[in-house]
Amino acid sequence: MTATRTSLFQLPNGGQSVGSSAFLERRNNAAQRADEAGLPSFEEEIWRYTPIADLDVSKYELGAPGGSLLDFGLTNGVDENAAAVIHIVDGQVVSISVHDEAVTVLTDGTEFENLIGSVMRTGPDVFSDYNFAYCSASIVIHIASNAVIAGPVLIRQHTTTEGLAWFPRVMVDLGENSEATVVEHQTSPDIDALVCPVTELKVHQAGRLQYLTVQEHGPRTWQIATQMAEIDRDAHLAVSQIALGGEYARARIDIKMAGQGSSGDISSVYFGRADAQHDFRTFQRHNAPHTNSNLLFKGVLDDRSRAIYTGLIRIEPDAADVNAYQTNRTLKLSEEAWAESVPNLEIENNDVRCSHASAVGPIDQDQRFYLESRGVPEDIAEALVVRGFFADVLDQLPVATISDAANTRISELLALEGPGQQR
Amino acid sequence: MTTLSIEKLCVEVADQQILDDVSLEVSSGQVHAVMGPNGSGKSTLSNAIMGKPGYRVTSGSITLDGKDLLPLPTWERAKAGLFLAMQYPTEVPGVSLRETLELALQARGKTDIDVTSRLLEEAVQIGLSPELLDRPVNVDLSGGEKKRNETAQLAVLEAEIAVLDELDSGLDIDALRSCAERIETMTDSGLGVLCITHYHRLLDYLPADQVHVLVDGRIVETGGPDLAQDLETNGYARFLRSDVESEGVTVSIDGLGASKKAPNSSSDDPFADPLV
Repeated sequence: MTATRTSLFQLPNGGQSVGSSAFLERRNNAAQRADEAGLPSFEEEIWRYTPIADLDVSKYELGAPGGSLLDFGLTNGVDENAAAVIHIVDGQVVSISVHDEAVTVLTDGTEFENLIGSVMRTGPDVFSDYNFAYCSASIVIHIASNAVIAGPVLIRQHTTTEGLAWFPRVMVDLGENSEATVVEHQTSPDIDALVCPVTELKVHQAGRLQYLTVQEHGPRTWQIATQMAEIDRDAHLAVSQIALGGEYARARIDIKMAGQGSSGDISSVYFGRADAQHDFRTFQRHNAPHTNSNLLFKGVLDDRSRAIYTGLIRIEPDAADVNAYQTNRTLKLSEEAWAESVPNLEIENNDVRCSHASAVGPIDQDQRFYLESRGVPEDIAEALVVRGFFADVLDQLPVATISDAANTRISELLALEGPGQQR
Repeated sequence: MTTLSIEKLCVEVADQQILDDVSLEVSSGQVHAVMGPNGSGKSTLSNAIMGKPGYRVTSGSITLDGKDLLPLPTWERAKAGLFLAMQYPTEVPGVSLRETLELALQARGKTDIDVTSRLLEEAVQIGLSPELLDRPVNVDLSGGEKKRNETAQLAVLEAEIAVLDELDSGLDIDALRSCAERIETMTDSGLGVLCITHYHRLLDYLPADQVHVLVDGRIVETGGPDLAQDLETNGYARFLRSDVESEGVTVSIDGLGASKKAPNSSSDDPFADPLV
């Protein structure tokens, strides 16, 4: 370790990492990598169009006294049927309750240390390395083999403290031939905070995992999230996002079809208002033959909000017989809204069917006119068209209670826009 | 008694004049047919009445019981009592028909109508499969199902004046009869109808009190039901005089109907609605 090394983040007094010496060394190595790398620049392609230059980490502190969960937002009522409910507030585990014997929640120990970092060995960027170095409430969810978990595993990660930076970390290890749904819910009130979650997903052979992230951050919160998944032979993963908040909300979603016959779906609905900025970076990596992936993103931007989407489909030389699709559609409700959509393909095998489609535009005027011609007032007609635009993604989400709540929430957000803005 | 009155209406689409000095008046219980060849401006008339963006009224007026409709947005025209049955009803993915009609009725203060049961009644009456009511608005409906759906909505919304833009296109003869007869029943209880069509056959089931012939954006003749019969037999040929030229468009006549070609135009039909 270099003596002159300075970290962008300082552990608070008394803050101590726990774990075996080998684990602490791995964390220390991650800190060192991150410190040496420093903050990224928007000149790097993967940070292009972002406000990363505006990030002043010195105003954030690690560690907070912790608060309580006040508002369950879109996951209200999901607890009733949940297989497990985990509450983490400001980087501290508040409660863990497990109601299904096939589900194990680990927060330390050998198995925990072996699984954390097993999908993401080194972070793709400084924030995911810092996550490993400074994550304070890491959770490993292990699901036994040959188990069907009926209710969702629900993880609420709430940020309550102004000026806090923290690094939520979740690892899901889904056993062979099992089926489960996991919901990660990120929330914060109207505070300036920096939240950098890392999610690792390992879907073992013939497993079927649905992982839904619900992001309801306050309008001044920054989120820089990284999700990385590895899907084994004949297994299936569906990762999805509902992203409604944040000042700058980034999600890098990186899924690897590692075993033959595996498949992965990525979907998202996002809604930007005021000056919010959504940033999605997706990677569909086909490393094995007979693999499929499908991506569908739908975003709506109002006011001066912005959205960046860049997506890569990467097909390795050995991956024959591959289907990979990518669609990103963005509706702009305001002239001042801004969206950039950049799809990329890297194909090293001839036996593939690939497509990408991307469209940015205003709402469909014919649809709006049709509804208005029935007598639906223009602002409501617009809200209906927008809700209809989201419907196919929302309908496919794994937890109906959350889809319904999101639908209602989006209607409320649209109604708040005020009557009949002619655009 | 409600009267839709169109006076000396001129309409431009994409800076091209489509309607020229069109006047007509439809009152409760009446059926007025507007007939004309392709590209004569029939759909422009219906869209202008409903206030579709892109249709610019340059002069003239559209009033409902003396109330000027032109400054009103589309939904307020509907609220005032108009209904447009579209030639090609738009599919609106993810939006429920029931909710659409409930919101429309709510906006006009009619909250005592049970949309679900009314839609079901109407669907059964005109032969629209009730399960189609659960689809998002018009999504994956056949052409005929869409027209039945428009007819059902017209009935549920209890409009005063209906503009039917080629209700008969895409309809088989059974569907045509059930839709037209249903609308005919509505006229008995006071619905006024402006029925835009190419063909006479719709009027067999929905007899017109008056027939207006629209050619090149102008009403060139108005008459009784016999006029529709005459058009059925003789076509529009006598209204398309080859010595009438406008803006470099030459008009030629072939045996059954008329075809018009603008020699320097990239479009086959210079009068085609540029927004469709």
